[in-house]
Amino acid sequence: MKFSDFMAVDAIRSNVSASSKEGVIREMAAALVDAGKIAAGDLESIVKAIMKREDLGSTGIGRGVAVPHTKHPSVDRLVGTVAVSHEGIGFDSLDGEPVQLFFLLVSPPDRPGDHLRALENISRQLRDESFCGELKAAQTPVDIQRLLVEADSHGVAS
Amino acid sequence: MASHLEYPAVSSKRDTATMQETFTREVVVGMPQGLHARPADQLAREARKWQSRIELVAKSQRVDGKSILDVLTLAAEAGTRLVVEATGPDAREAVAAIGRLFEQNFNELGSTESGLHDSGSHASGAGQPAPAPESTG
Repeated sequence: MKFSDFMAVDAIRSNVSASSKEGVIREMAAALVDAGKIAAGDLESIVKAIMKREDLGSTGIGRGVAVPHTKHPSVDRLVGTVAVSHEGIGFDSLDGEPVQLFFLLVSPPDRPGDHLRALENISRQLRDESFCGELKAAQTPVDIQRLLVEADSHGVAS
Repeated sequence: MASHLEYPAVSSKRDTATMQETFTREVVVGMPQGLHARPADQLAREARKWQSRIELVAKSQRVDGKSILDVLTLAAEAGTRLVVEATGPDAREAVAAIGRLFEQNFNELGSTESGLHDSGSHASGAGQPAPAPESTG
């Protein structure tokens, strides 16, 4: 699976204003609403579900990256977005470090394979430290989008 | 037949140069959701408790069991067979501990048939070593 298969380009945010875990999750989910990927009426329920998942264990997987996610019946295909916080946000990460780079995923409950393949793609790309660093330093959504497209094309080659 | 053995599917070999022993064990992903973020985190946490090098081997991939990013790149769906391979002073215990996580389906709710049954039936070829991955050199 490639980024272009699930990333909502219009929902990418290069400089979130939130400073809390719930804040950034809400801001990203709202960006998905604005991009027309999830319904406004589902926003609260999705934010709540993602926070509930976080309660089971932080999705801050280290290296300043978090992958907040949930399954939700309101979507019929996997949708995701990326956000960057240049300041970093406390996320109860596995390594205790603040998070600058967020990948938020909402997937249909009956498609666990798609969710796994999206996680696979994200984690495989993030093993490239320069990719990770460039995303964190991105100044505009267009920069982020360009990096994702480049990563996708590398993925095809490998 | 092999039910009296605690970890019937474990096999081992010793590298005569380094005198380090490698233990391997086949496991099956029993969770309906596959080896997703939460179990991957549990696995990497458990692996980091041990001194030994711990790797997970899939069909076409070999990854560091101590890295959640690596484990996630397996994208291991329900039913996937993996080999846990540990090399080092506490390799046997490490393989056993990680095997238990799979047996218990990482304590996930909603898991149906557990990896325990699967690895149990696999071990019914009693006395034969579990299929070991290629030599690690």
